[in-house]
Amino acid sequence: MNEVTFSFAGQSLRALGSGALWWPDQRLLCVSDLHLGKSERIARRGGPTLPPYDSQETLTRLAADIASTNPGTVICLGDSFDDLDASVAMNTTEKRDITALQAGRKWIWIEGNHDPGPIDLGGSHLSECKIGPLTFRHIAQAQTQAEVSGHYHPKARLNARGRAITRPAFLVDHTRLILPAYGTYTGGMRSSDQVLNALLDNQALAILTGPQPRIIPMPR
Amino acid sequence: MTQIPARITDWFTAKGWSIHPHQQDMFDRASDPAALLIAPTGGGKTMAGFLPTLAELSGSAHAGLHTIYVSPLKALAADIRRNLRGPADEIGLSIRIEDRTGDTSATQKKRQRVDPPHILLTTPESLALLTSYDDAPRMFAGVQRVIVDEIHALAESKRGDQLMLALARLQSLCPGLRRVGLSATVEDPEAIARFLARHPDPCQIVQADPGPDPDIRMLETHEMPPWSGGGAAYAIPAVLEQIKKHNTTLIFHNTRAQAEIFFHNLWLANEDGLPIGIHHGSLDRQQRERVEAAMVRGDLRAIVCTGSLDLGIDWGDVDLVIQIGAPKNVKRLVQRIGRANHRYNAPSKALLVPANRFEVVECVAALEAAREHDLDGEPRGSGPRDVLCQHILIAAAAGPFDADTLFTEMTAAGPYAELTRLEFDACLEFCATGGYALRAYDRWQRLQQRPDGLWQLRDPRAAQRIRMNLGTIQDTDTLKVRLKRNRGGKPLGEVEEAFAASLTQGDTFLIGGQIVRYEGLREMVVEVSRRADRKPKVAVFSGTKFATSTQLSDRILRMFSQPDWPQLPAHTADWLALQRDISRLPQRDRLLIESFPNDGREHLCVYGFTGRNAQQTLGLLLTKRMEETGLAPLGFVATDYATLIWGLDAVTDPRPLFQLDALRDGLETWLAGNAVMKRTFRASATIAGLIERNTGGQRKSGRQATFSSDILYETLLKYDPDHLLMQITREEAMRGLVDFARIEEMVTRIGNRIDLLRLERVSPLAAPLFLEVGKVPVKGAAEERLLAEESERLLQAAGLEQG
Repeated sequence: MNEVTFSFAGQSLRALGSGALWWPDQRLLCVSDLHLGKSERIARRGGPTLPPYDSQETLTRLAADIASTNPGTVICLGDSFDDLDASVAMNTTEKRDITALQAGRKWIWIEGNHDPGPIDLGGSHLSECKIGPLTFRHIAQAQTQAEVSGHYHPKARLNARGRAITRPAFLVDHTRLILPAYGTYTGGMRSSDQVLNALLDNQALAILTGPQPRIIPMPR
Repeated sequence: MTQIPARITDWFTAKGWSIHPHQQDMFDRASDPAALLIAPTGGGKTMAGFLPTLAELSGSAHAGLHTIYVSPLKALAADIRRNLRGPADEIGLSIRIEDRTGDTSATQKKRQRVDPPHILLTTPESLALLTSYDDAPRMFAGVQRVIVDEIHALAESKRGDQLMLALARLQSLCPGLRRVGLSATVEDPEAIARFLARHPDPCQIVQADPGPDPDIRMLETHEMPPWSGGGAAYAIPAVLEQIKKHNTTLIFHNTRAQAEIFFHNLWLANEDGLPIGIHHGSLDRQQRERVEAAMVRGDLRAIVCTGSLDLGIDWGDVDLVIQIGAPKNVKRLVQRIGRANHRYNAPSKALLVPANRFEVVECVAALEAAREHDLDGEPRGSGPRDVLCQHILIAAAAGPFDADTLFTEMTAAGPYAELTRLEFDACLEFCATGGYALRAYDRWQRLQQRPDGLWQLRDPRAAQRIRMNLGTIQDTDTLKVRLKRNRGGKPLGEVEEAFAASLTQGDTFLIGGQIVRYEGLREMVVEVSRRADRKPKVAVFSGTKFATSTQLSDRILRMFSQPDWPQLPAHTADWLALQRDISRLPQRDRLLIESFPNDGREHLCVYGFTGRNAQQTLGLLLTKRMEETGLAPLGFVATDYATLIWGLDAVTDPRPLFQLDALRDGLETWLAGNAVMKRTFRASATIAGLIERNTGGQRKSGRQATFSSDILYETLLKYDPDHLLMQITREEAMRGLVDFARIEEMVTRIGNRIDLLRLERVSPLAAPLFLEVGKVPVKGAAEERLLAEESERLLQAAGLEQG
């Protein structure tokens, strides 16, 4: 199976190769930083007209993860839309796709810095939420326990026999778990960046996404 | 004009000079719509170009811009300004001569647009930028002549296509514009002439007396060149001897990294403290200017340099050129040698220093070719459409335009003479809406058609973004290097971002001839401290990759078939004999493949001698087959004579890899997904304006907000595979990757005559391939295996268990 199991705050969690987090005990799937509508927003602001297929591609991958896990709850951990106008500008196919994914399950939009207000799509809209021992919010806070967040688009890099391999990555230590960005048009911040170094303790692990997710000590 | 004015001929006489026949020829053709001069360096080429301008300006007062001079180098523009000022003053012309490049101050640039000088010296990028302003018609009104210097160098890249589109624009603004091209010796002057002239104008070619043949040989050394290696450290004492015997020596290298290492070693051995400098494109501008100034003053005995000194800057009294490493191309060798000895009638003197024994063979082949005046070169293809897209955006930045007029204008540019209306319309559509099958941007079009039919920018602010991203030069992302100090230390130069990322604190590398220690990365600046006591980890600057020309490879193969090699130094002949002994020498009608382990990986070296393009395609195809058959390839590199593939498992039977049907199967899909295509896409998408390198002052820097162009490529491949940019990418890649027919021809010719030799280690002939740049990674099963291995090792080292 394209996943790796790890424990966090006493819970057994699974990091999927796609960058989604699966919590079997709660039948909960969590994805972060979908950045839907990014290409539209860039063009709207006078930038280049990027291939307008990013939202479709992101939703296709999300649909696949939902189909294989069949979650009772889906949490989108903030920056689900590249801005609030982008959530309005989504085309009808994409809106229909989201509605179809929401059918029969609880859907939570956590607010992010790109999408700080309510969205006119189904599901509940929260600034953060607590499920069991875990707290889900977009940006990691300074003093925290059992916190799951996104925002930083972490990636990690390792050197294997001279080949440098960089992948989007989960970062996890004793108090927090940071998810990689799930959106198609998203870059990443290296785990060695001082911002991430300051957030995660010395025993932190990185889980590299890809065909087979791999755990390594977080590269600093 | 029929005669050179007396003021000018008097000036020549006063100097004790006479007008060269080709200068007179060019003067006689001054009213031709286009003329091309082919002359060796030091042949008074620049004067030949400017003579008609000086004559016209001396005759009557001309208001505004008269002549635009375009060169590939900023430094060359500044150099010509200095060299033209003297004669103009002495002849008594009160004219303004100014340069305008990326280094010109903003105030000066603004003033030049309002009140242009008589002669403007600039680069293709700065000229294209000027045409993007709405006041271009006023600024360029009355321009009579444009001089394109070093046109042979510009014609080799997209900078040339960009320039010709800018000239087409200029020609519309000034219909009487005459064009002059100045070129070094080239193999196909006709092609350069067609490239220069407005289509279908004729263009006369004036050939200057090429002067005496250069005195060119291989440097004799006591030490033998090593089997492999690129540093030529063995030749340091002999090179120092030569420097002492000459006034000023230019020491050319093929890459910046080689130049750095050589300079470092030269400095360590320089017991007499001879003044020696280093000059290459990655050094900080101030450093470069200091070296250039010292050179002009005649303070330096030698300069270690790369292609950044290739072009015609007048460096004074250079009397020897040394080429370290094999000249990969005979034409470039001949042009470089022209750098020595500016006295027109004395032969230039040059020495070749092969860095290893394979290069000895290459040097001997190149010497033979140079002696036979056998220049090499690839024919120039038609103008690429990514540059065309950029120029449509530039036209839009200048103001509303009519599509028909713009099409007519662009097809007057030599490289775009064959452009069809259909192709043009696709480019226009791309610039306007993105040109996607999914019409998502009708509200947010970049260009909109107005009710009167003209096209304009939807958002006028976009003009600024277009200007900021103008140009066709594809630098790899580089980071500045500075000495670590409290408030930002001295800038030393730049290194590639990928190289910087591979450094950890305490690593040392060479830059500007000094060893520095990596301290950290701060705000996208590499901070270093000085360090003199350790052997450096080498900086991998990109430099330019030179491929050995096909013609040189053929000469080499002929040489291999000799029973012995009297024309080669004994050590190299012995080395070839050794290769013949422990392995074989490649032959024309057989395919030699060597298999050997090295440094923990399995290697396969395929000596096809089919030229770099075909060897590269072969690399792509073979690694695909290896991936399919579970042989876990990791990457490959191709040269003109061989492809070196490395992976995790050894190949024991090569025959299945060479089955034509299997090779052909899925060729399309494999080509679409490989790293070469992604690299090509990135360059074309940037030129065409889909990827912006500059967005308001700050260059993208691989941070959180940006994502890689690979993602765009993969998205298009999946959802819109026939998109214009995908077509352009395929076209571009095919310029680099030869079509399958050539591989087919080789495989058919070879048949079953494939010789696989299993060796215990690297063979003499394979060793130099390890130094080649341009390695292509294969991202397949091998990468996953490496990842698994390494994550297990790291977890164990950290005392953690998987799961």
